[in-house]
Amino acid sequence: MEIKVLGPGCANCVKMEELAKTAVKELGVNAKIEKITDIGQIAMHGILSTPGLIVNGKIKHSGKPLPSLEKVKELIKGEA
Amino acid sequence: MLKKFADYITYTLLQLAPTSHLGDALNFFIYDSLKIFLLLTTIVYVVAIIRAYFPPEKTKRILSHKREYIGNTMAALLGIVTPFCSCSAVPLFIGFVEAGVPLGVTFSFLISSPMVNEIALIMLWGLFGWKIALIYTGTGVVLAIVSGIVIGKLKMEKHVQDYVWQIKAGTGEIVETNFREKLMYARDYTAELLKRIWPYVIIGIALGGIVHGYIPTDFVVKYAGRENPFAVLVAVLIGIPLYSNAAGMIPVVQALVGKGMAMGTVLAFMMSVTAISFPEAVILKNVLKMRLIYTFFGIVAVGIIIVGYLFNVIL
Repeated sequence: MEIKVLGPGCANCVKMEELAKTAVKELGVNAKIEKITDIGQIAMHGILSTPGLIVNGKIKHSGKPLPSLEKVKELIKGEA
Repeated sequence: MLKKFADYITYTLLQLAPTSHLGDALNFFIYDSLKIFLLLTTIVYVVAIIRAYFPPEKTKRILSHKREYIGNTMAALLGIVTPFCSCSAVPLFIGFVEAGVPLGVTFSFLISSPMVNEIALIMLWGLFGWKIALIYTGTGVVLAIVSGIVIGKLKMEKHVQDYVWQIKAGTGEIVETNFREKLMYARDYTAELLKRIWPYVIIGIALGGIVHGYIPTDFVVKYAGRENPFAVLVAVLIGIPLYSNAAGMIPVVQALVGKGMAMGTVLAFMMSVTAISFPEAVILKNVLKMRLIYTFFGIVAVGIIIVGYLFNVIL
């Protein structure tokens, strides 16, 4: 599974990455987490408000407020 | 009822004289804090529910390939309800332009969205009444429409960073949510926002209380009153570098108004604080060349100054 966290490096983007990492660990799924910080790259993925979360190419979340850990797990599980 | 509570604390519990500076300032502080936080919590929550129906992806789709005038108008109005944070200004800008939203229309959105926000509205409503809040919203929307049209007419597409035009963005499908999830979004949004702005509100109200209790009226009237023709200009120039902390600004401004600061000057100041700021310029540098940033700031600043003088004459 391929997970992408998109954000230029704001506090919320760092938190989003941590959420994704914790979710993957707790779910015990095999996933590669990629952090995308380049603004052009972020836009290219169709994210309009950061932080964004993309699982297997599908936008699962974008913008503030951040989803809860439970929600992130759900979003990832939906694609597993 | 809030007034009674504030009176009870200051005059009965703390036994301060209503005529003393300290009593006056403290009473003002307690009353305003209670009122503002009550308003903030309820209205931000309601607005957040509305916002949940207008994610930026949807707004982008609505505005895509819209013509000028009608496009600018819709962009300025959608700017009110679409959640926007200047930290996302860059991907949003690219997404809009790439989806075929005309440059001028995109600017109408970028101007209205931070300026006509619910915090500014609540604070203005709570401290100055609904008429002033409505005037602020109305002029804000008009200013966003007109500035966007002017930028569109100037044909400044070549002053957008070249790489922006080469990006082929993904479709960016909308994450569908049901009503229950929208309510949860609204709750999280409200909590997050209050957590972020409460210190500014408290500091703002405290400063306002000090102004209210200690600063002499003639001083304010002399420098920020109707008679000083430079007040609007100076207020706008001070407002530009200040970053949109409308929440903290307004209580101070309200206290100044109580002492004779002119209303047009207040509106102009608020607009320049929220609409344009240096951090925003730095962020926009990623997608715009300097010439377009200057033009954008110049047009908006001139518009705001005109608004200020206009309302100083008619209000």
